Amino acid sequence: MQFRLERRAEPSRLMLYAAPVAAVLLTMVLGAVIFSLMGYNGVGAVIEIFTRPITNPLKWQDLGIKAAPLIIIGVGLAIAYRANVWNIGAEGQYVAGAMAGTAVALLTMGMEGPWILPAMIVAGVLGGMLWGAIPALLKTQLDVNEILTSLMLNYAIIQLLGYLLRGPWRDPMGFSFPQTPLFTASQSLPYLWRGTIMHWGVPIALVVALLAWFVMSRSVFGFQVKVVGSAPNAARYGGFSAKRTIWLALLVSGGLAGLAGILEAAGPFRQLVPGFNTGYGFTAIIVAFLGRLNPLGAIAAGLVLAITYVGGEIAQTTIGLPSAATGIFQALMLFLLLAGDIFVRYRLKAVAPRPAGEAA
Amino acid sequence: MDANVPPRLELTGITKQFPGVLANDRVSFSVRPGEIHALLGENGAGKSTLVKMIYGIMQPDAGEIRWDGAVVGIPNPRAARRLGIGMVFQHFSLFEALTVLENIALGMDAKIPARQLEAKIREVMAQYGLALEPRRIVSTLSVGERQRIEIVRALLLDPRLLIMDEPTSVLTPQEVEQLFVVLRQLASEGCSILYISHKLDEIKALCDTATILRGGRVVDTCDPKAETSRSMAEKMIGGNLKDIVKQPAREFGEPAFAVRNLSLPAVGPFGTSLEDISFTVRKGEIFGVAGVAGNGQNELLLALDGEVASAPGAIEMAGRPVGQLHATGRRKRGLCAVPEERNGHAAVGDFTLSENSVLTARDRLGMVSAGLIRAGAAKTFTGEVIAAFAVKALGPGATAGSLSGGNLQKYIMGREILQKPEVLVVNQPTWGVDAGAAAAIHQALVDLAAAGSAIVVISQDLDELLKLCDTLAVINEGRLSAKMNVGEVSIEEIGLLMGGVHGTAQETHIAPGGEHAVPA
Repeated sequence: MQFRLERRAEPSRLMLYAAPVAAVLLTMVLGAVIFSLMGYNGVGAVIEIFTRPITNPLKWQDLGIKAAPLIIIGVGLAIAYRANVWNIGAEGQYVAGAMAGTAVALLTMGMEGPWILPAMIVAGVLGGMLWGAIPALLKTQLDVNEILTSLMLNYAIIQLLGYLLRGPWRDPMGFSFPQTPLFTASQSLPYLWRGTIMHWGVPIALVVALLAWFVMSRSVFGFQVKVVGSAPNAARYGGFSAKRTIWLALLVSGGLAGLAGILEAAGPFRQLVPGFNTGYGFTAIIVAFLGRLNPLGAIAAGLVLAITYVGGEIAQTTIGLPSAATGIFQALMLFLLLAGDIFVRYRLKAVAPRPAGEAA
Repeated sequence: MDANVPPRLELTGITKQFPGVLANDRVSFSVRPGEIHALLGENGAGKSTLVKMIYGIMQPDAGEIRWDGAVVGIPNPRAARRLGIGMVFQHFSLFEALTVLENIALGMDAKIPARQLEAKIREVMAQYGLALEPRRIVSTLSVGERQRIEIVRALLLDPRLLIMDEPTSVLTPQEVEQLFVVLRQLASEGCSILYISHKLDEIKALCDTATILRGGRVVDTCDPKAETSRSMAEKMIGGNLKDIVKQPAREFGEPAFAVRNLSLPAVGPFGTSLEDISFTVRKGEIFGVAGVAGNGQNELLLALDGEVASAPGAIEMAGRPVGQLHATGRRKRGLCAVPEERNGHAAVGDFTLSENSVLTARDRLGMVSAGLIRAGAAKTFTGEVIAAFAVKALGPGATAGSLSGGNLQKYIMGREILQKPEVLVVNQPTWGVDAGAAAAIHQALVDLAAAGSAIVVISQDLDELLKLCDTLAVINEGRLSAKMNVGEVSIEEIGLLMGGVHGTAQETHIAPGGEHAVPA
């Protein structure tokens, strides 16, 4: 028996939604196999990582605050990817947003007022946009591939962050630790309720996703993004400028990554430290694809990825799994998802082996 | 004819069922050796399905195929080619980034060294008088040249039955004649030809027999030379064919659309530059642009509809410069357009018809308010297009990709015409469209002109232009000839203008087996 991939007449809608589910399930199976081969209790690891965060209500808050930045960044990336703009610089845009917001915080250190936090958030969004604008400028003016530029800018901003934390932004009262002063109450994201660690970033993430869904499905902007992404010639014929769309895609995805960055800085961190960037910008790429480039899908996908983060931490303490386990599970998921996506456009068909002597 | 010689190909009771459609219903006919046999039918009549079964792409549900008298199964195209069946598809399967030679090599079942293959290609081309440079990159070739690759590819296999799927829809009269010479030569050498077309004059000129399909059934097998084009067309559509109803002497209004000294540089190393193009179209006038494929027609359309901007004064609508405006701006002023390529240019295959209406009609027909799309308005308009142009589609929610080529073209033409444009520019309005749909499109264009719109029709089908247009000019190598009245032109003159510098290119000497091509 041989198998052959056969192009479907129309993309399969079933597979479009089945592929992410299958990818998550297969990730568990393959993950169990891999960790068993490494000498861990593979099945136990999968159960710890994927079910414990759900069954343990104490972990739900953790899930929420991990999912929030992933959802916000993932939504932006979903929009950019729809336009065929491959922004993989969300990690850098996230840091840029946090830095821009922190700059406002440092300038307003002695001040108080309800306007400070909104100003930081606006600065964060602008910072992310600025970092997204560089690949947009290079792409539209010089036709430089945005994958390369956006990726490389991640490393540039992390160096810049390191410089600022060790130099001009270092907390003078911080015993020479490379970190900014702690934000004041006016500069920090409030908690949703007293006694929780759930901050306002969580509802903001949901609102961002809902708004983006509405814009993408109902507005001319969403239409433009989809036409430019799927048929550039038709887009030009319809009067949509490809350059404008590239700009918009990078500004929106950069701005949302920047928003996630300042929310994270003003929320859980309350300062900037060298370890601020934890790879949310890269993980959000998985969120965007797992969510089928749909903003509502990004909510579900953000939760799934948050589970791998929280579950990975649980498994570190309970069964001594290495911290790299989370990364392995996330990578497996993206890999399996991309592999599974081939069945959206192709079907696997069993063909009888050719009689001997007929092979080419 | 020797009655003892079995037919080259004989189909008996071929039936193919798709979900919801009986594509072929007990189809039977036969093709003799050396016979040129036409397969006629509207889009959706089942021609493509039938041909795909002969070529092994699909399997019949019932019925048998006999080859030289013996029952055969054709499980795949490779088996078909082994029997000696070659096929030239309507939509070419070529890799744009590869050369002619590489494309042909990829399509060969047997691996032949490139040098040997090139020699063989040059030999076949010389034998049949086909001009083509094997080292050129496909993306730089015109549609007519791409078709020659497919023909050469099929001829390299020494076919005993050659299937041609709508081969002339992109060729000039001269190119069609050249193709017919090749086909007649092949037939005289004993190769049978199954010729799919709905150009009835060509079938009368070329074919020995015609089998007419309608709704998946054979409605007649006849001698095309004994039929009139009209009688065959009526069998094909199963009703009376409507003539274009055109007011005999029409008065044209003021100039509505003027192009003055339009020049644009070529895009890409093999694009065509536009050189000093000027013409004026008045209200109610249909102006035709004739020419061989690849002489700047696509570039001209892009410049006219605003996909490529030019100097403001180079293009004027009702006396106001619009050259600097992009597509949206020109559309708001009343300029609509239909490019040649349906999929991915005039329409987005993955989108519904309603969404495709939003693509070009959103501003003119109020489908947008406050930056949001009014889906209801788009749906209503799309329903109107479907009804007015008899588009066979499940409804406004059907994806554009699910429509047949002819139906999609009717939808696209309808979408632009129902926007009541002041100026309409269309490129190849009926390419790959059956007679019934083409007649409907032609009538709609004439009616639009009668209502006072200025229309530019760019087409490689000269018959179409002569039938449709009031005035005509010829484009060659990006230059446009002077405007002529259709009533006063001679076909020879137009043919010469179309040939232009290109005429010498086609006479380019090809040295068999030569290492280097003689540049055109």
